[in-house]
Amino acid sequence: MKRSGQTAGAAAPAVKVRKYSWTNIRKDFNRNWALLIMVAPAIVFYIVFHYIPMGGLWMAFEKFKPNLGIIGSPFVGLANFADFFGSIHCWRVIRNTLVLSFLQLAIEFPITILFALLLNEVSSTRYKRTIQTVSYMPYFVSMVVVVGIIMDFCASDGAITSIVGAITGNYDNMLGNPNNWRPIYVISDLWKNLGFNAIIYVAALAGIDQTLYEAAEIDGANRFQRILKVTIPGILDTIMIMLILRVGQMMSIGYEKTILMYNPQVYETADILSSFIYRKALQEGNYGYGTAVSLFNSVINFTLLVIANAVSKKYTESGLF
Amino acid sequence: MAKVKNRSAGSRVFNAINYTFFALIILVCLLPVWHVLCASFSDASWVLGQSGIIWRIEGFNVNGYKLVFANQNIWSGYFNTLIYVFGTTALGMFLTVMAGYALSRKDFLWANPIMFLISFTMLFSGGIVTTYILVTQYLHMYDSRWALIIPGCMSAFYLILVRTALNNVPESLEESAMLDGAGRFTILFKIMLPLIKSTLATVILYYVIGNWNSWFNALIYLRSKDKFPLQLVLKDILVTASDTMSMDTAILDSSDSADTVLYKQLIKYCTIIVSTVPMFIFYPFIQKYFESGVMIGAIKG
Repeated sequence: MKRSGQTAGAAAPAVKVRKYSWTNIRKDFNRNWALLIMVAPAIVFYIVFHYIPMGGLWMAFEKFKPNLGIIGSPFVGLANFADFFGSIHCWRVIRNTLVLSFLQLAIEFPITILFALLLNEVSSTRYKRTIQTVSYMPYFVSMVVVVGIIMDFCASDGAITSIVGAITGNYDNMLGNPNNWRPIYVISDLWKNLGFNAIIYVAALAGIDQTLYEAAEIDGANRFQRILKVTIPGILDTIMIMLILRVGQMMSIGYEKTILMYNPQVYETADILSSFIYRKALQEGNYGYGTAVSLFNSVINFTLLVIANAVSKKYTESGLF
Repeated sequence: MAKVKNRSAGSRVFNAINYTFFALIILVCLLPVWHVLCASFSDASWVLGQSGIIWRIEGFNVNGYKLVFANQNIWSGYFNTLIYVFGTTALGMFLTVMAGYALSRKDFLWANPIMFLISFTMLFSGGIVTTYILVTQYLHMYDSRWALIIPGCMSAFYLILVRTALNNVPESLEESAMLDGAGRFTILFKIMLPLIKSTLATVILYYVIGNWNSWFNALIYLRSKDKFPLQLVLKDILVTASDTMSMDTAILDSSDSADTVLYKQLIKYCTIIVSTVPMFIFYPFIQKYFESGVMIGAIKG
C-alpha cells in the first residue's frame, strides 16, 4: 500500500495527499465497506483461478509429479525448455501456428471486410437483414457439431470429397492428408465466423456520415469512387484496430477445433502450440514439459499484445488497455 | 436513411452481381444444415449410398430419431447441460453484477487496483495445464459437476461490459436513494439492475450460448458418463465415433432393424439436429442481443 502510494505520487508531481494513506483507507472503509464485500468473491475467484495458476507456472521448472505436488516435485531448472527447443516438435508447432495465423490474416481478414463492404451496397433493407441473420447463424453452431459436419463432408464418400474427387480423381478421406489440413481449417473458419466477424465493420459502416456520400455524388464521383474515397476511409480506424488485434493474437490460436479434428496422420501441418500443450500435458501426463511450452506461449502472447496495444495507441489513439 | 441513388448501367450490373453473390453466401451457409436435416429424415440405406450433397428427403421416416431418443446418454446429456448452463450463468452473473457495481463506483478507493488485477488476466494466463492441476489435485474437483461450474464462471470481458453499463447510470439516482436510506445492495438490485436490462440480457445470452456449446472442460474434468454434458456425448458420437451409442435397433420394426452399421450415419445426422434445434428456435429472438454485445465490446475497445 505504501509503495502504490509512492508510485502514484511519483506519477503526479503536484500531489498533495497520498491517495492510499491510512486516513483515506479508513475513511473509504467506513463509507464503502459494502462495496468491498460485493467485490470480495470476484477477487477470491481471480486469485484462485487465475493468479494461483500463474504461480503454478513454476511447474515449468520441475519434473512435476501429481503425487508429490508443486512443492515436492524435483526441480530441474531449464531442462523442460531445453527438451522443447531441442525437439523436432518445437519448430513444427511454432511454424504451424504462425502459418495458420498468417493464412487467417491474409484470407479471412480481408474477406470479412469485403463482405461488410458489399453488404453495405445492398440497398434493400429486408434482403440485408436476411443475409445478416443467415450468415451469423453458423457462429452459434457448436464446434463439436461443426467438426462433425466437416468430418462427414470430408470422408471418402462425403459431399466435399465427391466434388474435389471429380476434379482430382482422389477420393481418399481428405482429413487424412496433411496438405488438406490448412485449406479445410481456414475455409471452415470462414463458414463459421464470416458473418459474425463482419458485424463490427457493418456497424462502423452504418456510422459513416451520409452527407459525405451526397457531397461525393455532387462532385461527380461514381459508385466505385465513392466506395474508395468515402466508405473505406470511414472504416479505416476500425480496420486498423482489428488488424493490430489480430497480429497481437498471432501465436494464440485455440485448441478446440484442432484437437477435435486432427489425427496423427496430419500432425505435420495440424499440430499447433495449444494442441501440443494439451496433448503433452493432459493426455500424456508430461505436466512439467507442457507447462514449459505453455509458459513460453503465454510470454510471447503477452509481449505481442503489449506491442500491438502500443502500436494501436500510437496510430489510432485508441488502445485496448 | 437518405441513400444516394445509383442509376447508371454499371451500377445496375454491380447490383445484380452483388445480389447474386449474397444469394450464394446464404446458400453456402444453409446448405450443410439442409443436408443434415434432409438426411436425418431419410431412409438409412439410401443415405449410406449417397456421396454428394443430400438435397431432399427420400423415404421419410423417423427411425434415426427413435434411436437417438432411446439413448439414455442423450437425455442425461441434455439434463446435465441444463445444470451446467444454469449453474454457471447464475453464479457468474451474480458475481459479475456485484463486482461490476462495486468497481463502477467512482468514490471507491480500490476500484482501479482491483480492476487492474482482473484485466491483467486477459493479457497473461497460467495456461490450461496449471489450471488443470489446481482443479484436480488441489481443489479435488475431478469428476465433480462443480469443475464445470466454478472455474469458468467469471470472465473479465463480461465484467467490463457490466461495469461500463453501470458507469453510465446517472449518479444522482444513487445519491437520492442513499438519502432515502437505501444500502448498496438495495441500490444495486432494486435500482441499478433494472436500468441496465439490455446489457444484462446480452451477457446472459453469451453465458448461455457459451456454456451450451462448451465441451472441453467436461472432457478434461469428467470421467463418469452420467455427468457428461450434451456436447461431450455428441463428441463421442460424431467425432470419436466410439460405441457409446448403445443402439437398440430392436425398437424399430423395419426389416433391417438388426443392422447397426446402417444406422450409424443416420444417428449422426439426427443427433446434430436434436442438439442444435433449441439454439435455432431461440436464435431469431436473441440475435439482436448478440449484435449489441459486439457493439458494446467494440466501443470499449
